Amino acid sequence: MTVLNFIAAAVLAGAPLLYGTLGEILTEKSGNLNLGVEGMLFMGGVAGLCGSYFYEQYAVNPIGAVSAIIALVCAFLAAAAGAAIYSFLTITLRANQNVTGLALTIFGAGLGNLVGDSIAMSNATKVMAAGAATKAAFNTALFPEFLSKLPVVGKILFSYDFLVYLALLTAVILALFLKKTRRGLNLRAVGENAAAADAAGIAVNRYRYLATIIGGGISGLGGLYIVMNSGNGVGGVWVHNCINGVGWLAVALVIFATWNPLRAILGSLLFGALSVARLYFPLGIPAQIYDMLPYLATIAVLIGVSMRAKRENQPPGALGVPYFRENR
Amino acid sequence: MTRQPFVRIAKRAREPRSAWAIRIAAIAAALLFGGLIILLLGHNPFSVYPVMFGGALGNKLALRETVKISIPLLGAAVAIAPAFKMKFWNIGAEGQIMAGAIAASYFALYWYDKVPQPVLLIIMFLAGALAGGLWGLIPAFFRAKWGTNETLFTLMLNYVALQFELYLQNGPWKDSRGTGFPKIPMFNDAARLPKLLGVHIGWIIVLVFVAAMFVYMRYTKDGYEIAVVGESERTAQYAGISVTQVTLKSMAISGAVSGAVGFLVVSGANYTLSDQTAGGVGFTAIAVAWLSKLNPIVMVAIAFFLAILSKGSNTIQTAFEIPKSAAEVLTGVILFFMLACEFFVEYKLIFRQKSGGAAK
Repeated sequence: MTVLNFIAAAVLAGAPLLYGTLGEILTEKSGNLNLGVEGMLFMGGVAGLCGSYFYEQYAVNPIGAVSAIIALVCAFLAAAAGAAIYSFLTITLRANQNVTGLALTIFGAGLGNLVGDSIAMSNATKVMAAGAATKAAFNTALFPEFLSKLPVVGKILFSYDFLVYLALLTAVILALFLKKTRRGLNLRAVGENAAAADAAGIAVNRYRYLATIIGGGISGLGGLYIVMNSGNGVGGVWVHNCINGVGWLAVALVIFATWNPLRAILGSLLFGALSVARLYFPLGIPAQIYDMLPYLATIAVLIGVSMRAKRENQPPGALGVPYFRENR
Repeated sequence: MTRQPFVRIAKRAREPRSAWAIRIAAIAAALLFGGLIILLLGHNPFSVYPVMFGGALGNKLALRETVKISIPLLGAAVAIAPAFKMKFWNIGAEGQIMAGAIAASYFALYWYDKVPQPVLLIIMFLAGALAGGLWGLIPAFFRAKWGTNETLFTLMLNYVALQFELYLQNGPWKDSRGTGFPKIPMFNDAARLPKLLGVHIGWIIVLVFVAAMFVYMRYTKDGYEIAVVGESERTAQYAGISVTQVTLKSMAISGAVSGAVGFLVVSGANYTLSDQTAGGVGFTAIAVAWLSKLNPIVMVAIAFFLAILSKGSNTIQTAFEIPKSAAEVLTGVILFFMLACEFFVEYKLIFRQKSGGAAK
């Protein structure tokens, strides 16, 4: 069943994008444009793998679930640390957001490769690989087998590992948070007009810090997914430069989804589908043109959004605009 | 009486000397921090750093290589300056370099036997500048007309250009004799830039760019208009400056310089076009430009410094088996520290006085 396999492959390819995008949506909703997503994916990916790797080195009987939790925590914290550097520089020390984000990408990508490659080089085998327990934890379906064996829906709905469902859950929670809670409203106010939010008594800097750091952590899980999942590559093994632009694609997807977490689910599915489509439907179009499509689609959305000034689809009003109280 | 905050900030009086002291201290702190990372990797920073700097500056060959690395970095930083000056966040230098490189490569691959070498090189230069300029004009047009977010637009165009290059590399321009990994054939000798003092003459061209951009930004009417638009679009409109025209013009220049840099890379350094032609230079150059406060003269020093790190990391990779990515980490750390130090150049911290009395 080519179509079913295609959809399943699209979901797997879209999952890391979804994490990156959700984290960046949260970040951008606070008015911070963090271009360090690519770097944070690297940091999250390598830290998660390190967590599992060292746990398996020291545990007598490594348990997959424990390893997975350690990896999740490590990935989240490492990427959040990257975002914390960004936040400190841009919010407290008033550095330029674009430049700081790019510096974070340079730093994160370098750090990921440095750590991953160093550990790999120190092994006799010259690879850094997680053990069987960890690989199994990240690559077995979450739901029992009879569900994934159901005709049609089994493959599309129930055949994925837990990180895919966690991504969907995160999207729903983020959507509810932004739309239905007071804090979500406050956050959006900060991102739309920081001065007005400040006047209304909202702690602008606290919101920006928290949204950026938590957003960074969420993005980092995307890096973990790329490293651990075998659907996209080897799985559980550090590959030099393995993130390879997914972070930038996530930045694109934020725009494509017009800063809406639920639309990001559809967007990640579409971008994921585009990235695997050439394997399933060779139409004679060169692969590179397929790979160009997500970016072209994003540009189209970007232009469309700016031309039709529909209010709810706009970027956050203060996106990329720093806020220093005395400079009003 | 309201309590004083534990620490507050105040603007510093402009003192160039203390500003430079702070900046040098920041670089020293960054190198110290980098030393800690080297220590964590199980090496002695006091033996790694000398090898690193020696590997970049120690002999003529290494020095030439370092200069070669700094050429595109400096060129792209110069390119970014006018755009950033008017607060047009052009992070598309990467794509504009690629666009220029692709256009220049077309003539290198298909015209090398049709015209004499000097003419060919001039055509390649112009083609690169034109393609880069057009690539830069696209987002400028949409920003001027509909206010389309230029940061994200220019970012996306980087990948469109990169994918187009990959398409050429795997399709129409693929080396038919090559086996294995698809690549574009090496240029004919006629399409290669001549050398001067052991480095391709791109270094002279880039230095001309530096001087020209310095004059353009500081002493011409255009440069003044760019500065006004950057400070306040409304002021500019009130003063009768057409924001649309300034946007289009400076992005055309920005893109054209980047495109010319693309030509220098393919014709001077690599003698071919590949997906690594831009190789992140467009991004690093943004940091170079910003840290130089958009002053082209200062860019020379910063670009050269980052080139030292990049070249030196090759040496420590072979000498200590430290992965080459160490250079990126160190670059990132230095950028962080230098971004942070600008705050302390601009502001001073005033701590709460112990006595509880009003602090001065």
